[in-house]
Amino acid sequence: MYEFAYHKPSSVADAVKLLSADPEARPISGGMTLLPALKLRLNKPSSVVDLSGIAELKGVRRDGAKIVVGALTRHYDIAASAEIKAAIPALAWMASTIGDTQVRNRGTMGGSVANNDPSADYPAALLALGGTIQTDRRTISADDFFTGMFSTALEMGELVTAIHIPVPEKAGYAKMKNPASRYSMAGVFVAKGPAGVRVAVNGAGANGVFRVAQMEAALAANWSVDAVAGVKLDASGMNGDIHGSAEYRAHLVTVMAKRAVANAG
Amino acid sequence: MNVVQPFEGIGASVRRKEDFRFLAGRGQYTDDINRPGQTHAVILRSPHAHAAISGIDVSAAKAMPGVVAVFTGPDMAAENIGGLPCGWQIHNKDGSPMAEPPHPVIAVGKVRHVGDPVAVVIAESKAQARDAAEAIVVDYAPLPAVATTEAALSAGAPLVHDGAPGNLCYDWHIGDKAALDAAFARAAKVVSFETTNNRLVPNAMEPRSAIGEYDTTSGDYTLYTTSQNPHVIRLLMGAFVLHIPESKLRVVAPDVGGGFGSKIYHYAEEAIVTWASAKVKRPIKWTAERTESFMSDAHGRDHVSKAELALDAEGKILGLRVHTLANMGAYLSTFAPCVPTYLYATLLAGVYTTPVIYAEVKAVFTNTVPVDAYRGAGRPEATYLLERLMDVAAREIGMDRVEFRRKNFIPVDAFPYQTPVALQYDSGDYFATLDQALESADWKGFEARRAAAAAKGKLRGIGISTYLEACGIAPSAVVGSLGARAGLYEVGTIRVHPTGSVTVLTGTHSHGQGHETTLAQLVADRLGVPIAQVDVVHGDTAKVPFGMGTYGSRSLAVGGSAMVKAMDKIVAKGKRIAAHLMEASVEDVEFDRGTFRVAGTDKTKTLTDISLAAYVPHNYPIDEIEPGLDETAFYDPKNFTYPGGCHIAEVEIDPETGKVSMVNFTAVDDVGRVINPMIVEGQVQGGVAQGIGQALLEAAVYDASGQLLSGSMMDYTMPRADDLAPVSVATHTTLCTHNPLGVKGCGEVGAIGSPPAVMNAVVDALKGYGVRHIEMPATPAKIWNIIHGGRAMAAE
Amino acid sequence: MPQVTLTVNGSTHTVEVEARTLLVELLREKLRLTGTHVGCDTSQCGACVVHMGGDSIKSCTILAVQCEGADVTTIEGLAAADGTLHPMQEAFREYHALQCGFCTPGMVMSAIDLVNKHPAGLTEQEIREGLEGNLCRCTGYHNIVKAIAAAADVMHGKRSELARAAE
Repeated sequence: MYEFAYHKPSSVADAVKLLSADPEARPISGGMTLLPALKLRLNKPSSVVDLSGIAELKGVRRDGAKIVVGALTRHYDIAASAEIKAAIPALAWMASTIGDTQVRNRGTMGGSVANNDPSADYPAALLALGGTIQTDRRTISADDFFTGMFSTALEMGELVTAIHIPVPEKAGYAKMKNPASRYSMAGVFVAKGPAGVRVAVNGAGANGVFRVAQMEAALAANWSVDAVAGVKLDASGMNGDIHGSAEYRAHLVTVMAKRAVANAG
Repeated sequence: MNVVQPFEGIGASVRRKEDFRFLAGRGQYTDDINRPGQTHAVILRSPHAHAAISGIDVSAAKAMPGVVAVFTGPDMAAENIGGLPCGWQIHNKDGSPMAEPPHPVIAVGKVRHVGDPVAVVIAESKAQARDAAEAIVVDYAPLPAVATTEAALSAGAPLVHDGAPGNLCYDWHIGDKAALDAAFARAAKVVSFETTNNRLVPNAMEPRSAIGEYDTTSGDYTLYTTSQNPHVIRLLMGAFVLHIPESKLRVVAPDVGGGFGSKIYHYAEEAIVTWASAKVKRPIKWTAERTESFMSDAHGRDHVSKAELALDAEGKILGLRVHTLANMGAYLSTFAPCVPTYLYATLLAGVYTTPVIYAEVKAVFTNTVPVDAYRGAGRPEATYLLERLMDVAAREIGMDRVEFRRKNFIPVDAFPYQTPVALQYDSGDYFATLDQALESADWKGFEARRAAAAAKGKLRGIGISTYLEACGIAPSAVVGSLGARAGLYEVGTIRVHPTGSVTVLTGTHSHGQGHETTLAQLVADRLGVPIAQVDVVHGDTAKVPFGMGTYGSRSLAVGGSAMVKAMDKIVAKGKRIAAHLMEASVEDVEFDRGTFRVAGTDKTKTLTDISLAAYVPHNYPIDEIEPGLDETAFYDPKNFTYPGGCHIAEVEIDPETGKVSMVNFTAVDDVGRVINPMIVEGQVQGGVAQGIGQALLEAAVYDASGQLLSGSMMDYTMPRADDLAPVSVATHTTLCTHNPLGVKGCGEVGAIGSPPAVMNAVVDALKGYGVRHIEMPATPAKIWNIIHGGRAMAAE
Repeated sequence: MPQVTLTVNGSTHTVEVEARTLLVELLREKLRLTGTHVGCDTSQCGACVVHMGGDSIKSCTILAVQCEGADVTTIEGLAAADGTLHPMQEAFREYHALQCGFCTPGMVMSAIDLVNKHPAGLTEQEIREGLEGNLCRCTGYHNIVKAIAAAADVMHGKRSELARAAE
């Protein structure tokens, strides 16, 4: 990796100041995406701002009808959280399937959300559950936050501080992993909650996470595996690579939707 | 009888001696070694599959912080450095030698594959070297490239080498073409089959590494390297590349983290760090990044084949015709030419009485990483072709696939059995391994399991392969007549120390096989010395007299046999010393596991008595025998060895996703005499895992322009624990008849027998869909595509 | 140049590093703890796994400067001072769960974390899935899975096959 300066602020304000002052600065929380990119010299930041010293960004709490997850909360802690397991078991289970144990022991929800990798898991959950992303300066609904592959509504220097997730009536997740990287090739999160019935897809789309209106309508009318089984997606908006064509991914979305509904119960 | 307690000899599952250091984190792999004053090398590699280089500007790189030196191909060429040699010469059908274009250590004027070395930067740290490598300006003029054998042979294809017209390395054949044509003329049925043997990346977990060191006072060079055969590297690099006499060049292959063939070859980086260490007068370390391994380690397999099987009306095989295109990559790696010829076409008889075989092989240059031996090397390709063809043929003639095989097996009483493709099998019992495997896998109960799976919505299939391989490589005279430029004997030294402990020096090399234990067991078994008192030394040309290394399942069959010959000499000398000490005639002295006894008496001497006398020769027949008890033997085998057996795979397919899951795997192998059953089982399990990897997961994929699409572990599917299922391993032994241990070898059988068993199971699972054949790897996307009507796939 | 102070295998070290220095580089090159290996550059193989604060992590995917004040255990820190192996190390030897030994340190460190986090025990499938972050090219994993199951019994105080084998 290229050499860079290293900063470790102890407050959100200090972190934002550092990041705002330098467009080439990059925040790091778990580093599970940033560090592999730096190692391959795909990225050349002038400085890396380590958020791990900011205690206020950690932890999970229940706030009425919402779960609030601090941005620095690790996947492992989400998978193990009693609050989340009780309120949104599908989210806890999703967290337990992210990467491998060592990724889950370092990677954070805030980092994953801010990065918006099209193969990352959480964006589909937040979109389906109608979550909101709290930053140092505002709150942004998941609908507005995820703006395309590796692209979000975050401004320069803006930091995700917490994620607010309404507790649904029911939710389920299923994914097909890429055989090599084990990232999602097609993952579907289904939810019935305050935001209505929603179906969001990660991994498959050529432009990142997306919702499937037809499935949502079908499930709203009849919450059942059979309701989504008949909904076929067009391949034109899908990714294709050596592990599977766009047609295959389009097909997988339906299969994973069925399984997600079954998992949701 | 003086048996070592607890029994540690032949047949005991002794726990491994080497494990303590590996488990404690105290192994010494090449990258763990740091020499005083060491610098670090980074190789700048071509991003183009094919390009002319019109200039390289290294001035900015040389000015970067920490940079010690930068060298390019022309710098090496100016010093008359040789190209990387090829160790095997194949001849064309017309008797002319193969095309053998030069293989510069660092590219000169042209690059021929992505990853071809263009320059080396030597700096105080690896990070500095990498920073500076990016500052080198290379003026490339990209050229059209060819990535596949078909593309390379097409009319008007770009030439990889000017000296290889049509990109042809050789056009070779074996067998009696006229007799084959006659056999086909009287055939009742001919079954045709085409297949590709997918290209693989070996991916030993330890990336390659090399440290070159030059002693300015003595002029001696030392190379530490991740090699399966340090003496071979010394010979090739010293004699052909750097022109350093053996006496001035020491090659050390310390602990090596897996090889699977990929660490046999002499690689450019070894020559670069050794040569450059004398230029900069400091040690230089180079260690591959994994992504670099993908574009610089020799790949494996990559065959495209057509086969035709001629059958009589009863299902007996009359003849086999095979045409194969083999990808050599951009340059000839050390043993590349022999893989698709003498390690492949000679195996096409398999375990069957096929009376006539004719095979043609064209080896082809492409703009891809060189291809050479990978676990099994040629034999997996032959076995896969043959064992898939057997299933296809059985189905087409309506015969049960097991009965079809049984009907064509070489009978138990037919050994030694001469095949029509050069080999003479010494022993085997294919009926026994088949029956044992069918029983162990509960073949008869399969249909019930298939029905149970169907009830859950899963497609279950079972597949079998009955295979054979030729290993224990190899008789020098035979391989010499076939084009090898080296002998393939092995060397063993048994050094009995004064107090009776033993050091073994072996020319083989252990990079996971457990030689430190298995070879010590041979000593325990023969000389009665506890294995704790037997030290096995390998991997250092300064310590071990000579050796050809470890590959082709040869370590026990050839290296172990050399040790037996050396122990014969120890025992013979010991008997003469014992006869003197016990005042008996040599003919009356018997030896058994550490004890010399005058036959029919209770007069005995221990090995320690004898070794002490040999090193303190006060009461000693000094006029007749030299002091000391230290013997070396070179063993050149009389024949290859022929392990074989039966593998049965059981898979379950999720028809919705196309994902194939392994549910059972049964291996019954005849590997000859088993020295350590635990280690044999581990070798078979590991080989089977690589075979399952080839069948279901792994593929090195190039695009048409020669870019490697599966160029990292993010895209190349390495088998993980949850991709595999338990592998049941059993052995059924017939002894090798021509080596003193009766051993055949177990390192490769798993990777040879398993891919067709798995693919036969996959095809069986999909038989309701009218599938005749599926190419490896059987990925979820590919299976889904088949199930759902063969819709076009962007990826295929 | 940044400095980092951390505890490794019970000893505290203060080391000068570049900001870009990875923990594994600090361990291997500065502290000469070469038991932790590097087998890939995409954070997948797991040969570099160590424990930090009791969790298994990939030391190739964390900056040394991120480890300020951390408590790190490497493979060299597992055995007792008298050389007695950790039950996981012992089980790997007993079940022939290693061949070339290169993936072994990371595999052992991951396995210990896996067992520690499953006090109620592990099924074979859970062990296989728990090893997603570790690649082995030699063994086919079968004996690794067996070794972990046996060590789990010992680590959780159950009478195990391993203990019976040792008797």
